[in-house]
Order: sequence, then C-alpha cells, then structure tokens
Amino acid sequence: MSKLVIAGKEFASRLFLGTGKFSSVDVMRESVIASETNLVTLALKRIQLKEKRDNMVEALQVPGVDLLPNTSGAKSVREAVFSAELAREALQTNWLKLEIHPDPKYLMPDPVETFAAAEELVKKGFVVLPYVHADPVLCKRLEDVGVAAVMPLGAPIGSNKGLTTRDMLEIIIDQSSVPVVVDAGIGVPSHAAQALEMGADAVLVNTAIAVASDPVRMAGAFASAVQAGRSAYEAGPGAIQMTASASSPLTSFLE
Amino acid sequence: MKDTFTRVFEQFSWEELKTSIASKTDRDVELALTKSGGRNLHDFMALVSPAAAPYLESMAKLSYSLTRKRFGNTIQLYAPLYVSNECQNICTYCGFSYDHKLKRKTLSDIEFGEELLALKKLGFDHLLLVSGEANKTVGVDYFKNVLQLSRNTFSHLSLEVQPLDQPEYEELIAEGLDAVLVYQETYHRKNYRIHHPKGKKSNFVYRLETPDRLGAAGIDKIGLGALLGLEDWRVDSTFTALHLTYLRKKYWKTSYSISFPRLRPAEGVTHGPSDVGERELTQLICAFRIFDEDLELSLSTRESQYYRDNVVTLGPTTMSAGSKTEPGGYTNPKRALEQFSTSDERSPSQVIKMLERKGLEPVWKNWDSALSVAI
Repeated sequence: MSKLVIAGKEFASRLFLGTGKFSSVDVMRESVIASETNLVTLALKRIQLKEKRDNMVEALQVPGVDLLPNTSGAKSVREAVFSAELAREALQTNWLKLEIHPDPKYLMPDPVETFAAAEELVKKGFVVLPYVHADPVLCKRLEDVGVAAVMPLGAPIGSNKGLTTRDMLEIIIDQSSVPVVVDAGIGVPSHAAQALEMGADAVLVNTAIAVASDPVRMAGAFASAVQAGRSAYEAGPGAIQMTASASSPLTSFLE
Repeated sequence: MKDTFTRVFEQFSWEELKTSIASKTDRDVELALTKSGGRNLHDFMALVSPAAAPYLESMAKLSYSLTRKRFGNTIQLYAPLYVSNECQNICTYCGFSYDHKLKRKTLSDIEFGEELLALKKLGFDHLLLVSGEANKTVGVDYFKNVLQLSRNTFSHLSLEVQPLDQPEYEELIAEGLDAVLVYQETYHRKNYRIHHPKGKKSNFVYRLETPDRLGAAGIDKIGLGALLGLEDWRVDSTFTALHLTYLRKKYWKTSYSISFPRLRPAEGVTHGPSDVGERELTQLICAFRIFDEDLELSLSTRESQYYRDNVVTLGPTTMSAGSKTEPGGYTNPKRALEQFSTSDERSPSQVIKMLERKGLEPVWKNWDSALSVAI
C-alpha cells in the first residue's frame, strides 16, 4: 500500500482518530493503539494549559502517533488564530486542524471564517488542515492559500450517517492537488472503506469508535476497513457492466 | 516560474509510455469504457492504444452520449483570421517556415478592419487571430492593437501566435483577450529540435511552460494539442492528456480545449506520410471526450467535408467554417500566402445547413466581452 504524505511527513496508516467522547482516558489510549493510527487530533480546549501535566496528552504519548491539535470551539478567525498559537506553544507542533463552527447545535464549519483563518495561519507557518463542508470550490481556494490537506465532511459531525456528500467528495478528490481527508459523519467501518475506495487519501473517525459498545474492537475494525478500502482503490475496481450497444453504427462512415 | 509542467513532464519517458500504450489489452480498454467514475491517464492510454481499435464503435457511442449530455445539441462556430505570415522560425512542416520563399505579409489596420467586416458579414462572433512568429513586427504591441480593433465587433477573442511572457499575456488579457491556443507540436523533446531547428520556437521548455504562464496570468481558456503525424500520435496525445490533467488541477479557474491538427500539405513542404488516418483521428477524439467530459474539442477545416459531416456529432464542440489560412484571405484570397491548404472549403452557410440537418444548433455567440476581465 502506498504511503500517505502530508506536508512532507509520511503516514503508514490512513486512519486518523479524534479523541473526544471516550468513556475514559484509558479506553481512548487503547483505542488509539488498536487503530494503528499515526495521527490523532485533540481539542486545545480540553488540555490543561495551566498545569504542567495533562492526562490526555500523557495518555496519547504512544510511539508512532503524532498529535494534531484542533481549534474546536473557535467561532471566528481571531479565536482560531489565538487557539492555534496556544496549541503550538503547548504541544510543540505547528500542525493544526482548523475548525471554526459558530453554530453549537450542528457544529457546521464556517467557510468564510475558515478560509480567512487558513490564509493567516499558513502565513504564520502552520501546517493547516482545515475542516470544511464538502465544497469543491472552497477546497480549491484553500489549496491556493497553501493548506497541507483538506478535510471535507462526509455528513454532519457526530451523525454516523456515512458519505452523504458523496457526489461533492468525488469532485473534491478529482480536483485536489493536496491530500483529501474525509472527516465527520463516518459511522461504521464500511463508510470508511467507501471513502478510501473512492480515492480519499485518509479518513478521520471519532464518534463511531468512541461511542461503540467496544471502542477498542471497533478501532481495530476501522483499521482493517481503511486498509481494505485503500487496497481496493489501488487495485482498481472492475467495470460494473458493459454498456448496451445501440443499433445504428456511428462509425460505419469510416469503412 | 519555479513550479511548472516541466517538473511533471520530466518524470515520464517517451519510450516507457510508448511501451505501456502498446501493451494495453482488450481488458484495459473495456475497463476504461465501462468505469463509473473518472478516468485516469492509464485509461486514456488504453483508449488511444492499438487494442482499442476494435472498440471504436463503442467509443463513438459513449463519446456521443457524453458530449450531448454535457454540451447539448450545439456546435460553437469560430473563424481564424491570419494577421501575418511573417515568421522567423524554421519548422519543417509549416508553410510559413522562415526558409520558404513565400511572399510575406502583415495586415495593416485598414486591411485588418476589412477582414473583420468580411467575417462579421459571414456571421462569426468568435475570432481566432493567427500569426507566425515575428516578434519585431508582429509582437505584443501589434496584438494589443488588433485586439482593440476587434473587441467591439467580436464577442470572443483568441490568439494562436508565438508564446509570450506572463506580463505580456496580462497586458493582452486587459485588452480583451479570452483564450490562447498553443500547441506543443510534439512532446518528443529530442525530435522537437529536428522539427524546429531554428528560431525562438526551438526552445522546447519555453513552449512547454507557456500554458503555465497563461494560467498564472489568469487567462479564461487555454487550447492544447499536438501536431498529429509529426511523431507517434498515441504518445503525443498521452502527453497532451497529462498536460491537461496537470493544468486543470493547478489553474482550476481556466477552461481548456483540445485541437487535432493533422499535418496538411503546404507550400514548400514535403513531409512524410502520416500514420494518423481518419479512424485513428476518430479514436483520438472519442478518447479525449471519454477521458474528460468537460473538455472543448475543436475540429478545423483541415479535415474533409465528408469526415467533418460524420464526426461532428461524436465529440467535437467547436468548429471553424470557410477558413482562409493566409493574411487577407477573406477579402483578397491569395493561395500563395497560405499556411496550409484547407480541405473543407464550404462556406459557413453551407456548413450551418449541414449542422442543422444533423440536429445541431450552430452557436455564434457564447461569450460577452463585458465578462472578459482577468480571473
């Protein structure tokens, strides 16, 4: 399986994990290990910035796993940039998942603020991975300002509905020059496999694992699904059916 | 420019692509034809490979239906207007080549105005301005002038002239330029030098990076193509498809067209026989359509009346009619001055009657100069 490269960094696993909603820090850690992920995202707002040690950050000290702080909770460019700078300081990484969702109910990403923040953060030297609607033009505009990947949503966050934005995701994947990570909405491993089969470079999963009856086992199931999906994509799926042949020939004039 | 198509181009070898195309099988062709999602370069290679020859009818049906779905039952009409046949390049296949003893002519403002009027009378609204490469007499200032003279009369202005620098393109876009056609002629780097031994055109990379400069300048449309018959058309077309893929991703606000110039007899030119017959040309047109559903495909009067009438529904979206390939040709035809001899010599009104018989609506105007500001 080919390796995923984002901003020059290689990832063996194409499954990224979110760290919210787990019943305990231990279950989270075990799930991270079982998922074989190389990248987990965590909300800056969850980290104890004033303490020297943070439970969550400590639990995520797993070999081969990098941290991707996110700006969850930010409602504007200013808040996101502030949050990003705190995260860079606290976690010693310039990688950032940019999330700006002013609406607390559906947590829909704000395209206008996200675009402006991405532009500013790239200039400030961040490796920016913006969470956005499955909007092909927005993704190209973000690419133009230098983001390292785009993270379009598959369905409303936490909904477990799967790839309801499929048609738009297909366009984004077709057009993008940076990796496409399908984020949000992936509810079961087959959704993740579908995203990879379509050519998405990776998926980010949180709720589906965190709230499963057995999160650790579910994390392993996602790992297998992501691998299967990517392998299928690289193998090249077969044809669905031969097109039916209409009667009057179009090329007889060449005889 | 630091990041251009050259970087991508250099990752591919002509010989490897040639071998890969030759090794495509029935299965590869069937897969390319029946895929549900987008098609990649390997699919394109299968479609232009010898293995696809028996599938031409299936390709034509698919290409026909994709074209109708995306573009409807319409054909856009345009006319080339040759402003000059002066040229400092030596190109072994071209009637304008510097070493040919051809009477050279560059249109004056008055002559240009007369040509514009003649074309307008025929009904044209989309204009393609063509020249050789004579930078001192027919350079940016000349182009600016002719764009200014045309823009109130014609709605869409294209250029097919020597490659220019990015700031020069920016100047011309500000004068109303909508599209630029620049054919690589061949992507075979070594043999490119043999076909273009002298003149500014002999710089392969400068030409190769022209679409990058156009994209960076914010042009609305770029036309690509290879001169079919110069080198292996299957490999050249694959490089064209690769170029297109690169450009689409990078300059995503620009639209693209492909032309299919086949070598034609020209004054003073004795080029070898071409292996691109009408079957192969049809295969290529259909391959591009199946590869890229949104692509404009252009069919010129280089092709015969019979061929054009039959292939017109299978993939093309744009067509010229009644073209003259010498400066002043619409008001004062002089064959001795032409770049190549056209094949379909019907008048635009005859071509329109043919299109209507085929159930296609000829479209004269599909743009407005008010929309022509750099993107």
